[in-house]
Parts: sequence; C-alpha cells; structure tokens
Amino acid sequence: MQSTLDFSHYLKNAGPGLLHLELAVEGINCAGCMAKIERNLSKIPDVTSARVNLTDRRLALEWKEGAIDPATFVDRLAELGYKAYPFERADAETKEAERAGALLRRLGVAAFAAMNVMMLSIPVWSGNVSDMLPEQRDFFHWLSALIVLPAAAYSAQPFFSSAFAALRARGVNMDVPISIGIALALGMSLVETASHADHAYFDAAIMLIAFLLAGRYLDQNMRRRTRAFAGNLAALKAETATKFFGDDEVRTVPVAAIRPGDIVLLRPGERSAVDGNVVSGRSEIDQSLITGETKPETAVAGSAVYAGTLVRSGTLRVRVAAAAEETLLAEISRLLENALQSRSHYLRLAERAARLYAPVVHATAFLTMLGWLIAGATIHDSIVTAIAVLIITCPCALGLAIPAVQTVASGALFGSGVLLNSGDAIERLALVDRVIFDKTGTLTLPELDVANAAAIPAAVFALAGRVALSSRHPVAAAVARAAKATSPLEGIEEEPGQGVHGMLDGREIRLGRPVYCGADDEANAILSRDPEASVVAFRHGADCHVFAVRQRLRPDAASVVEKLRQYGIAVEVVSGDREPAVRMAAQSLGIREWRAEVTPVDKIARINELAAQGFKVLMVGDGLNDAPALAAAYASMSPVSATHLSQSVADAVFLGERLAPVGLAIAISRKALLLMRQNLWLAVVYNALAVPIAIAGVVTPLIAAAAMSGSSLLVMLNALRARFHQKETF
Amino acid sequence: MEVLVFLVPLAIMLGAIGLMGFLWSLKNGQYDDLDGAAWRAIADDEPAESSNG
Repeated sequence: MQSTLDFSHYLKNAGPGLLHLELAVEGINCAGCMAKIERNLSKIPDVTSARVNLTDRRLALEWKEGAIDPATFVDRLAELGYKAYPFERADAETKEAERAGALLRRLGVAAFAAMNVMMLSIPVWSGNVSDMLPEQRDFFHWLSALIVLPAAAYSAQPFFSSAFAALRARGVNMDVPISIGIALALGMSLVETASHADHAYFDAAIMLIAFLLAGRYLDQNMRRRTRAFAGNLAALKAETATKFFGDDEVRTVPVAAIRPGDIVLLRPGERSAVDGNVVSGRSEIDQSLITGETKPETAVAGSAVYAGTLVRSGTLRVRVAAAAEETLLAEISRLLENALQSRSHYLRLAERAARLYAPVVHATAFLTMLGWLIAGATIHDSIVTAIAVLIITCPCALGLAIPAVQTVASGALFGSGVLLNSGDAIERLALVDRVIFDKTGTLTLPELDVANAAAIPAAVFALAGRVALSSRHPVAAAVARAAKATSPLEGIEEEPGQGVHGMLDGREIRLGRPVYCGADDEANAILSRDPEASVVAFRHGADCHVFAVRQRLRPDAASVVEKLRQYGIAVEVVSGDREPAVRMAAQSLGIREWRAEVTPVDKIARINELAAQGFKVLMVGDGLNDAPALAAAYASMSPVSATHLSQSVADAVFLGERLAPVGLAIAISRKALLLMRQNLWLAVVYNALAVPIAIAGVVTPLIAAAAMSGSSLLVMLNALRARFHQKETF
Repeated sequence: MEVLVFLVPLAIMLGAIGLMGFLWSLKNGQYDDLDGAAWRAIADDEPAESSNG
C-alpha cells in the first residue's frame, strides 16, 4: 500500500565504509528508553555505534556500508515502541548550534582567565593593606596583563563587533557602553601598571566579559534548543512525497529532495507536501489548511494545489511548481514581507534599556572627570576616577537581567507545551490584551472527529472502526480513529468513490457514502440538523447506522476563552471559513465578536485596525492564509499542526490537543516580564548605590569585583523565580 | 620570595591545562547532551541479556 521511504537523502559518509544516519525519535523521555534503544540497536550486526541524545531526542547511528537497509532500524525501533523518522539538520539549526558553541568557547576562555587573574589579584589586594613591595605588585600586575589582554581580545569579540556594527548604522546598543567600558578599563590598567600605580582593573574587566558571555550563551542556547525541537517536529511530521521515477515507478522521498518540475503522486487521504498543478486525475480536495474553507473543492487537470491540501477522493498526479510562481503563495509572501518589516520596529526591553543607559553612564563619567578637575585634582586622577565610574556601572547585571529570565521562562513554557521561536516573544506575549483566534485547526482540532458517537452502540462503533481502517478516505479515517481501531478486518475491498465492503458472519458489511449503504434517510436527517457535518454510513446486514463526522472544538477551548476573559483579555474569532460554521463555533464558545469569510488581506486590516485603537493583539492561527496575519500581529502563536510557513512566522508554537498552552503562555510571560523589570530595577538600584562611591574616587579593584559578582548573582537568583510558577488551572 | 619564580609559572601552567581540558571537552562533544550524560553516569555497564525493557 505504501512504498518504502528512500533513505539515500539522509545518509552521510562517516569515514571509510561507514554510513551515518540521524533519526528523530518520538517517545524518548527517560534514561530507560535511552538504554533500551542503544542496547537493542547495537545488537544488530555491523552497527558500529548507536547513541541517543536525550536532550534533543535523537538517535545517531553508524554502520558498515552495504550490509544493512536503514529501514531495519526504523522497524526495530517500532518493535520497541518508538516511532522514528529520518532527520536532516536544518541550516538554521546548524548555525544556532555553531554560534552557541563559539560563545561557550569564548566563555570558557574568559572564565579561566578570570579565575587565574583572581589568583594574582587577591595577593595584591591583601598586599595593599599589609607590606607588599611595589616591585612585587608591579610583577603581579604585569602577569595579570599577560593573561587578560589576549583572553579579552579573543573572548570580547562578540561585543566589539556588535558595537561596531551598531555605531556604523548610527545606532547605539548595549554593546557600545560595554565595549567602551572594557577598552577603557584595560587601557587605563595598562597605563597604571606601567607607571607603578596601586590599582589595576584587569580582573574586573575579564570578569565583566565572562558574566556578559554567560548571559549571551544562555540566550543563544535557548534558541538552539528551540530550533532542535522544531527540527524534530518537522521530521516527525514526516514530510515526504511520492515521486515518479519514470512512468510507473514511484518512490517515497523526503520533500527536501523534490525539485520543481518533478511529478508527484497524491493518493486519497494524503496531504500534499508541495505546491504545484494537477497534471492528471480528479479528486475532491480540502484546502482548509490554506484558506480556512472547510467545504471541499474539485481538482481537475490544471488546478493548483498547495502544500497542506488534503486529497479526499481520487488520485492526482501533480507537477511541482516553484513556490514563487504561484499566485496565492506569491500574494501571501508579499503580505508576509510587509508585515515582518513592521514588526522589526518593535524595540526589545533590553534595547530600550540600552538607549537610556549609555548616554546616562557616559555623561556621569564625563561629569565626574570635570567635577574632579574643577575641584583641583590632577588630570590623571580625574581620568582614573571617571574610568572607575565606567567600570562600576558596566552593565554586568543588565546583560544578565533579561537573558536569564528568558531562559528560565522558556523552560517553564517548554514544560507547558509552548515552544518559543524568538526570545523577545515573552515580552510581547506578556503585554497582549486582545486575542484573535482562527477557527479551523486552531479553535477546532486539525483532525475530523465523530460527532454522534453517543448515539451509536459501542459494538457497532468498534466494528465500523475496524472496517474503516481499510479505507484511505479522511472521513473513514476519522471513524477508525474515534473507535480506536487497530486491527483491520480481513477481506475488505475498496470501491473508489463509494466506500469499502466485505463479508462478516455471512452478512455483507459496508462502509461509505449513504447511497452506497442505502441509508439516505438517516443521513439527510443528520445533515438537516447539522449542515456542516460530513456523513458516512455503515451497514452490516440489516443493521444500519450513520456517522456524523465534523471538526470538533478543542476540548478545553471554552474554559480557556473564559479564563482569558478573566485575565482582562478580549477574545474574537476571525476565520476564512463560511459564516454558519464560524457562527456556530463562536456561539458555542460564548465569543460575541466573530468574522467569517475573511481574506488574508482583511485579516491584516482587522489587526491593524485594532492596533490603531491601541490594542496589542495576539493572533493564533494555523493556516497558510493566517501567516501574514501572524506576522502582522503584535504577538502570534500557531498549533504544531500548522503549515510550515505559519509555524516559522509565529512567535511561539503550542503542542497537543488542548488550547490551554495559549493561556499559559500569556500567564508565564506576564510573570517573566515582571521579573525582567524587577531585575532591571535591581541593576538600577545597584548602580545608584555603587556610583556615588565611584564618583567619590574611593573605588578599589576589590570593591569593583565584589559589586560586579554580587549584583550578577542577585539578578540570576531573581530570574530563577520564573521557574516557581504557581500551577495555573487552564 | 624567590619561591614565586616557579610557583607563579606553575600556577599559570595549571590554569592553562585546565583551559585546554575544557576546550578539548567542548570540541569532543561532551556538552552536546547534558540530560543524557546525567543518566549515563548511573546506568549499568553490562545490562543483563534477558531484560528487555
């Protein structure tokens, strides 16, 4: 029934005669799974290495070339109870991982340098109050310079290059005062050392770099983890296509290996993974993931199909088109680009803090120098005091204040089934005061479900489910899923476009269109009550039942909407689907504001209208038609079943059947934003206490070092509070 | 105080060895799977043949 997957796209050479394959494995969540998988796969002859990565939920395999079919591994894992999918690292993920690695290397260098310099600084500090010889102090200072200068030149590069880029763009970011502070501290220490002075700030400078790099690394590592998880999800969704090699031969290949011009086969029940035009065949297609419209259309030769289109009845051959040529997609990409541009105007909390911070600090340092000059100090002493002000105000805590909270909060979000695409999403989610839901696939579940299950005897339901397993039609698949059927009945045959039939206990058994099963009256009765439902009939001898299959609301949708209201957040539905369907969903959830048959352009218009009234809108949607609106909204979320494009545009992706993660995301983000603000205030208070000491000119390197690590610790500990989030009952 | 002549270089050398060790472990992928490594430490080396989950 299904052609096996062609693995060649995923195989990599891992040395002479060795092949390497990475699999994303669903269901690894404990150490037991890890040991079980590794033990069982290592037993396969010729496998040289099987190693599970528990953090990323992946399995790396190496084996001797030629001996084993990679499908063996997937089958073996299936026997063990794990679903595995071949996996290719996305470019974005590789880049994030490289950046995280580079930051960790720099952090290591800076931290080791800081430790060793401390070993030299402590004798100097204690020597200053006892009887250290000036020659000995100079010797220790020179040694410190020897360690710190090369270490700083290497590890502080990210700050220097970022500050340089900001200055070249005539802007200021947090890295500008950081870089100036570091450069001045090192320069002054060098001059002071050469002139045999008491104080040098090598230790403070390298410690500052180490703390700031720790903040950067936390931020980067969070991004890397999200990317890794998103990569797994992409693999788990098993985006493959059945491609024609010649006229009759088909093979299942990963979508990444499909090129424009290829011909692919779409069978009933499959979702298209590509955009293209139908070459031959005829079928009803469901475009609800793209347009939000749930009513099926008919595709014939020449019709366009898009990635996400569900083929319902017939088989289609589709010629793959380059995405940009398609009118719908081109339109959506254009809208998307505009929307993304407008979002980049959003200023992150850290950037706003930096804009206020840099001028204030530099002005304070300058005024300190002027003040001391007027008071009659020497030029040298005035400059040294001014630089001490810069060092003491260097935003050590400020650099950690936000990334630390973001990391802890994103861990909490992860635990409640929300994956963040961008770190600053937390800030924006926290400020949301209006939520717009798409209907299809967002308020409702992406899969169809049986609506009248209670009216059908359990035994009949179970039997119908087993029969339905033999059909590929999505409506039949919904019956099978609802009945939790696992073992198909033997001898069932499919009659294309009608249904399936067979024999059981000497009586004929049928499942399919009402006409096919002679159940028109029952079907019409259901349709007159519920015009949005699809019907499928089941007959076993004289026993006849009709299943109403429709999209079901997410189980907790009503309570989440209610909860959001209690939070003071207004809720509305904006959908591309027809009016009766949208009205019904909105009414059953108690949502008064709803709009139906809305085009992507009008969705953006609605969001902009609300934005103009001062609302901060969270858009929650899954379809391709929602993507521009997701990008235009102040913040956005997508269910994990959404199209690729929507997921990549959304700020966050939520997992599972429930809608609760949307509410939890807002709750956790609000708490996190509160902590970020607290942390910034802590940093301000610290500065308010430390700066007068620096201005007074009595700061020693010891005070600088203590103040710096003290404030950083305080901010980190406060950030950890984002973890102790009281369980919200969404 | 002559003791400094060899103590200080020795200390710096020890620091450098530590740094090299860290860079080696980083390059060697020791930090790729922190969650898994925590469990590997307490896993049995040679699991019994019969146990299958």
